[in-house]
Amino acid sequence: MASVTLVRRIKARPATVFDAFSTVEGLTSWWGPDDLPLISAEADVRVGGIFRVRFPTSDGSVHECTGQFLEIKKPELLTLSWQWTMGGEPTEKGRTSRLELHLHPVAEGTELTLIHAELGQDAGAKSHGEGWSGALEKLVKTYTEEAAR
Amino acid sequence: MVNYRTDLDNTFAALSHPTRRHILTRLEREHECTISDLAQPLGMKLPALMKHLDVLANASLIRRFKEGRTVTVRISPMPLRQALGWLHRYDRFWTPRLDRLKAYAEAKDKR
Repeated sequence: MASVTLVRRIKARPATVFDAFSTVEGLTSWWGPDDLPLISAEADVRVGGIFRVRFPTSDGSVHECTGQFLEIKKPELLTLSWQWTMGGEPTEKGRTSRLELHLHPVAEGTELTLIHAELGQDAGAKSHGEGWSGALEKLVKTYTEEAAR
Repeated sequence: MVNYRTDLDNTFAALSHPTRRHILTRLEREHECTISDLAQPLGMKLPALMKHLDVLANASLIRRFKEGRTVTVRISPMPLRQALGWLHRYDRFWTPRLDRLKAYAEAKDKR
């Protein structure tokens, strides 16, 4: 129901970015927080294949996210289901969210749009309403800024 | 944590309807509105509007005040702040990772 969207311009080909997210070698190279290597990674990049990353954080806890590849259109689209199987967000326990990676070729390389969607949703239950609108995001932001003043 | 999750569920459920988002946006802009002020531009019958206001009030997103025969509605920002704070946790999760992904992919293609 809720989602977060992040956009990055990357000076690398879409295929390189795609592989960084869908191969164990790639994931191992960038996922872990500073100085803490991944504990394990799995990426069986075919529809229904498993995606799993287990990683420590500096507070001493271990987290694992597990999902399945839902859509694969190399090098422009990758969609995964996402569940916290260890640690993670306590409010998301037993819930399934969706991760979308859109890779658009641009002059300098790739524009990557990451959307973590269907957050705050019970596993298996589909959203009835629509997602957050931009207006609402703005509304919420206004209040936060107001609180900070 | 259980309560926190229930609160978030209520907030997101309440926000998942365009009419209710419209009401909140309007309340944000105008600070407070009477029920008939809200109903008029929506072309909505009062009972339908009251149902939406009930959902918003149950999620603590609005407060209603009665003065004589007039009911005014005000937004209460706390649940929105809480919901935004929760979404920001995902922002904070992905932001450093995407920075590293970018650095990794750029180094790889330079080779």
